[in-house]
Amino acid sequence: MRPSTIIYALTLAFLLAAPAIGLYPVFMMKLLCFAMFACGFNLLLGYAGMLSFGHAAYFGFAAYITGWFATALGWPTMLSVVVGVLASALLGLVIGALAIRRSGIYFAMITLALGQLVYFICLQAPFTGGENGIQGVPRGSLFGVIGLQSDITMYYFVLVMFVAVFLFIQRIVHSPFGQVLKAIRENEPRAISLGYDVNRFKLLAFVLSSAIAGLAGSLKCLTLGLATLSDVLQWTSGEVVLMTLLGGTGTFLGPVVGAGVVVTLQEYLSDIVGAWVTVIIGAIFVACVLAFRKGLVGEIEAWQQRRVARRAGAAVKPEAAPEASAATR
Amino acid sequence: MAHPEQDIILETRKLVKEFSGFVAVQDVSIKVRRGEIHALIGPNGAGKTTFFNLLTKFLAPTRGGIFYNGLDITYDSPAQTARRGLVRSFQISAVFPHMSVLENVRVALQRPLGTAFHFWAPEASLAPLHARAEALLEAVGLAEYRDAHTADLSYGRKRALELATTLALDPELMLLDEPTQGMGHEDVSRVTDLIKKVSANRTVLMVEHNMSVVSSIADTISVLQHGTVIAEGPYAEVSQNPQVIEAYMGSSSATLQGAH
Ligand SMILES: Nc1ncnc2c1ncn2[C@@H]1O[C@H](COP(=O)(O)OP(=O)(O)OP(=O)(O)O)[C@@H](O)[C@H]1O
Ligand SMILES: [Mg+2]
Repeated sequence: MRPSTIIYALTLAFLLAAPAIGLYPVFMMKLLCFAMFACGFNLLLGYAGMLSFGHAAYFGFAAYITGWFATALGWPTMLSVVVGVLASALLGLVIGALAIRRSGIYFAMITLALGQLVYFICLQAPFTGGENGIQGVPRGSLFGVIGLQSDITMYYFVLVMFVAVFLFIQRIVHSPFGQVLKAIRENEPRAISLGYDVNRFKLLAFVLSSAIAGLAGSLKCLTLGLATLSDVLQWTSGEVVLMTLLGGTGTFLGPVVGAGVVVTLQEYLSDIVGAWVTVIIGAIFVACVLAFRKGLVGEIEAWQQRRVARRAGAAVKPEAAPEASAATR
Repeated sequence: MAHPEQDIILETRKLVKEFSGFVAVQDVSIKVRRGEIHALIGPNGAGKTTFFNLLTKFLAPTRGGIFYNGLDITYDSPAQTARRGLVRSFQISAVFPHMSVLENVRVALQRPLGTAFHFWAPEASLAPLHARAEALLEAVGLAEYRDAHTADLSYGRKRALELATTLALDPELMLLDEPTQGMGHEDVSRVTDLIKKVSANRTVLMVEHNMSVVSSIADTISVLQHGTVIAEGPYAEVSQNPQVIEAYMGSSSATLQGAH
């Protein structure tokens, strides 16, 4: 078995056992929602090389849509989630189509500006409840069969969704589409010269990423029973960047670890130090970025790769070995 | 062929590229005959790469037209140009460094499969391409590096890989921007042989500084200086042209043989 498979299995075992070992289910659900959000964000940043500064828009917008459909229209849970995801995918399609015309910092600025626009719409639109948000969103049931009122049942529902998304992202990354995406990230002019319309690939990546962020937002809305402005806030967009960089971009587990660290710190430290938690998280972030440029998981993977390369280098191709460590990003 | 006009695969008509007043390519009209190896030579800064960028639409021309198989492609997109069969390589080695050697070639083979947008399909769906990818790697002498990390390859091997990737598209017209630059002696002759070999059923337009390469494989040579074509013809003719000798050596007494 590969080391990554063992780590995934251990992580899954931990998540399955979490309620049993006394971890508060609502807290764990919040953690999983942010982990899913960060995984979706990482699909864009880590695997397509696009830094979006307005990803809360998709997360929060889906939360509002799901909340509104479930509350005002009384739609069943699963359908409300699907509508929320479709809405954020559509939003991603529109914003993505505008943003991918530019790259680098300009791309980031467009996503930021349009993300702010979504915030403004959510603040002003009649259905979102303004400053109060949408409250009392019912969790309902899964296809009218499994009630989600109990936190434990809801937790396992969120966990199943999370695992599905995690596997889905792995599939995307290794798919034929993922290969082209990687080529574009690695060398865009070369990908163009091979006949690929790179903007279409970037747009699809953007839409997939938005949809995953949307699913995370919809689930968070159901978990907490409310959709609020804080979910579409610029602050949340910043947080997901932080989580992903902290854990390691372009690694599957990095965003999960990053989200875990940030959400846990927020939850437990805010009781003790109050508003200082922001400062502490900021300090940890700066320290991590300075010390572990690839993020926590990224550094571990790089260390692992160096070890493998050293062992292989000693055995076979002496020519390839010296460059091997310098080559890993 | 019976009609000489049909033999022209690529033609430029009075192609001009200005960069904010500076004219990098000036009224270049070139005809590339089908099946030939056509070399484009000229001193540094002559506008060769700019000309390539115009042909492949990485730059839009200021004026003039580009015709490929008689079709006006002046306003095509770069990706469209590639899909028409006009595929380029780059002066600075253009590989995908953090993909394996096989993946580099495979990503080029992938497009005709029509599954490039299939984000739900497993990687295994690409396995049928491996045999062809391996054959291409074999052709450029990279078979044993199949699974190597591309960033770890030597410069010469990266260039060979780039050539294999370009060949993977089976281009009708292959544009090579200094394919032997930065290569050692052995690599140069291997790549030269390879270009010669693959040119059997396609046309090659190449920028090349190495005169021994040009003299040995090019059928026609166009010499560019300050953005204009100063001479054109077979090597024997062009190398005797005093204007060409002067452009290269700064004096008409030296011979072209020694340039670069
Ligand atoms: N994007 C650009 N903006 C402004 N000037 C440019 C640009 N690209 C190229 N040039 C200028 O155009 C001229 C031709 O450059 P080009 O790269 O085409 O030369 P080249 O013949 O390929 O030279 P070399 O043999 O060094 O590769 C140079 O003077 C260069 O500085
Ligand atoms: Mg050049």
